[in-house]
Amino acid sequence: MLKIRRSLLGALALSTSLFAAPLYAETLNIGVAGELASFDTSQVSGGVWESQVLMDVYEGLVKKAPDGEILPGMATSWEVSDDGKTYTFHMREDAKWSDGHPVTAEDFVFGWQHLLDPENASKYAYMLYPVVNAEAVNTGKKPLDALGVKSLDGGKTFQVTLNSPTPYFIQLLTHYTAYPAPKHAVEKYGDAWVNMNNIVTNGAFTPVEWISQSRITVTRNPEYYDADKVALDKVNYFTIEDRNAGVSRFRAGEIDILREYSSSMYGWLKDNLPEATHMSPYLGSYYYVLNSREGRPTADKRVRKALNLAVRRKVISEQIMAGTFLPSLSFVPKGIANYDVQKMQLSDDMDARMAEAKKLLAEAGYGPDNPLELTLRYNTTDEHKKIAIAIAAMWRPLGVKVNMFNSEATVHYQTIQEGKFDVARAGWIADYNDAENFLSLLYTGVGNNYGGYSNPEFDKLLDKAAVTQDAEKREALLEKAEQLAMDDYALIPLLYYVARNLVDPSIEGWEDNVEDDHPSRWISFTD
Amino acid sequence: MLNYTLKRLAMAVPTLLVIITLSFFLMRIAPGGPFDGERALSPAIEANLRAAYHLDEPLVMQYLRYVGNLLQGDFGPSFKYKDFSVTELIAQGFPVSLELGFWAILLALLIGLPLGIIAALKRNSAIDYGVMGTALAGIAVPNFVIAPLLALTFGVLLAWLPAGGWNGGAWQNMVLPVIALSIQQIAYLARMMRASMIEVLGSHFIRTARAKGLSESKVILRHALRPALLPVVSYLGPAIAGIVTGSVVIEQIFGLPGIGRYFVQAALNRDYTLVMGTVVFYGGLIVLLNLVVDLIYSALDPQIRYDD
Repeated sequence: MLKIRRSLLGALALSTSLFAAPLYAETLNIGVAGELASFDTSQVSGGVWESQVLMDVYEGLVKKAPDGEILPGMATSWEVSDDGKTYTFHMREDAKWSDGHPVTAEDFVFGWQHLLDPENASKYAYMLYPVVNAEAVNTGKKPLDALGVKSLDGGKTFQVTLNSPTPYFIQLLTHYTAYPAPKHAVEKYGDAWVNMNNIVTNGAFTPVEWISQSRITVTRNPEYYDADKVALDKVNYFTIEDRNAGVSRFRAGEIDILREYSSSMYGWLKDNLPEATHMSPYLGSYYYVLNSREGRPTADKRVRKALNLAVRRKVISEQIMAGTFLPSLSFVPKGIANYDVQKMQLSDDMDARMAEAKKLLAEAGYGPDNPLELTLRYNTTDEHKKIAIAIAAMWRPLGVKVNMFNSEATVHYQTIQEGKFDVARAGWIADYNDAENFLSLLYTGVGNNYGGYSNPEFDKLLDKAAVTQDAEKREALLEKAEQLAMDDYALIPLLYYVARNLVDPSIEGWEDNVEDDHPSRWISFTD
Repeated sequence: MLNYTLKRLAMAVPTLLVIITLSFFLMRIAPGGPFDGERALSPAIEANLRAAYHLDEPLVMQYLRYVGNLLQGDFGPSFKYKDFSVTELIAQGFPVSLELGFWAILLALLIGLPLGIIAALKRNSAIDYGVMGTALAGIAVPNFVIAPLLALTFGVLLAWLPAGGWNGGAWQNMVLPVIALSIQQIAYLARMMRASMIEVLGSHFIRTARAKGLSESKVILRHALRPALLPVVSYLGPAIAGIVTGSVVIEQIFGLPGIGRYFVQAALNRDYTLVMGTVVFYGGLIVLLNLVVDLIYSALDPQIRYDD
């Protein structure tokens, strides 16, 4: 029966367009890797799976096309002042919350204040720190209304003032921290506004049921301004933590899209479900942090270079990870917008590299009598373990003795933030599509700068890029900064992440993209 | 009997208090906290979070606050699943785990006990070796192997049953997880029943019964069964508490919304309130089921009397 329905819809889609109004009820079942922390975007914990649900039920000032391109969302157009510090957004006049209440600039002012309110203790509040007074508000030094956002013309215009021109600001608006919050509902229900009975959303879908650890169900929001172009009636997000179980459920036809299958299954899936198996570049960097703090062997640039020289990235990518990660020599992942990645300069001749590495270690005072001994920490997963063992083996010919420690993620990150390691596994997935999001992790004194890398010249370049409006000049500054860090061997770039999805071949409107964002509003079924 | 029950229930209070105190402080001693993750928080943001959850207060204050709230039946908010309170999470998940656990135990009893008795009666025969060999395999093969195999065979290849999901508790969705949950229990029960039955069958009163000329079935059913069940019953108390509070493996593989995963995930996330909630809940359940076991004991064995 379902098949017939879908083929009818398929015929219709062919005859009119992809976004034809659907005739029959269509439900999309998506398997996501974890549980959403909250429908209150200020309380979200940062799992990549969370944004899938949130982007379906909320819409920010801008939204994403199937290919990841930015389209107008709640704002239909915007202007930037000459100094690049003031953005004026013109709100969509027919935008409504799912209860029919209009979405106005007030909801954005309220939502952003809600996020930055210290009482709400949002983990991701710093995303909006480019806004004037955001940090002061978030640290309780200034009242909420000091925030540099305004609702003008009776809510028809939203104006944001930034501390400095922030060229990636529009990119940043795609993140869920920049979504609005329904002021009228929060005022009416208080914290309980997120309960399934009270919640209102402004996206293409709206939540109707949440069984913790099992399923979230959303249905098409009839008040959404583009509701007649949304093909799906209902989307179920199933929490599937066991990745192999996810593949089983996909094969059994219980889910139509599985977000992230396990890398070890890639070979089998590629051979057996070639049409459903998707793998594409993703804005994520898998790297080893080198501790540059005083007193650590890795504080010596020669040691850092030697360790980099001895790592065979292609072997890790192809033989250990079966091609589900791509070898990398840069910190910023390939595919980031308006940017050319700057690679660490290492020759392809492995023998020459090993010889140079040995020489460098000898110069640094390490040799058979005084072997280099390193503490390598990683968080406990099979993938990280395999990679750590391989890298330790690659360093062994240099006479490096590696002491490996693994711990659960919580302990791992706490330990490396305290600087108690020489080498440590880390990864970073882009919050927004801009090189700055990665490079700022190497800025002196930043919390996520686990290795304590510090180069005043690097910091200066980043500071300068932050106030440069000209896109090309800014790109040049950021590229120069990355090259500087690579020349310093500030870390060990290892792999670029890839997005791995299983998508039922009868689905249309799915396009692989570097941010791996796939709003369900573009999805439809055809046969 | 009533006096005894009340006394036992009263004794549960200090027991639970010890459990609460120990787990509260052990959790805080564990390295890492609820806000440590891949992304370091700025000191200001971390301070906001600590204040919001009262983690900035002295530990003793936090402890007293927790116990105080607990006495009012408030387990507090979850650190991780923010749209739910701990009470809501347990209230939503426990019925699922309970239902699965109930069927799994029932299945295990219906299959495990008769198998154990048969093996005991046919000691050292091919049947005995067959049953005990299978039981050993059942114990040895962990459920994280059995469960995916079941899902693959019956969910994907044969497509007889759903490979996962709860679907509001439809029986089709329950079959595979119940089987996966019960296999180890069947094996344990069969082995335990066999051993205990063999021991009882060798005792004097059985010899007397046989000497009186009773039929073998009467000897087994009327005389041997009840004493042979005693060790099984005492095993079942904690085992039931364990099974009805869910299994993280089975829940993750079949995607079931039970509470088993919270025991593991809450600890990994350092979700202090959820850890405490699950520990107190589980502790209470154990205390209760142990009491039930003791009461069943007196029904099975006339020598045991609790009247004072």
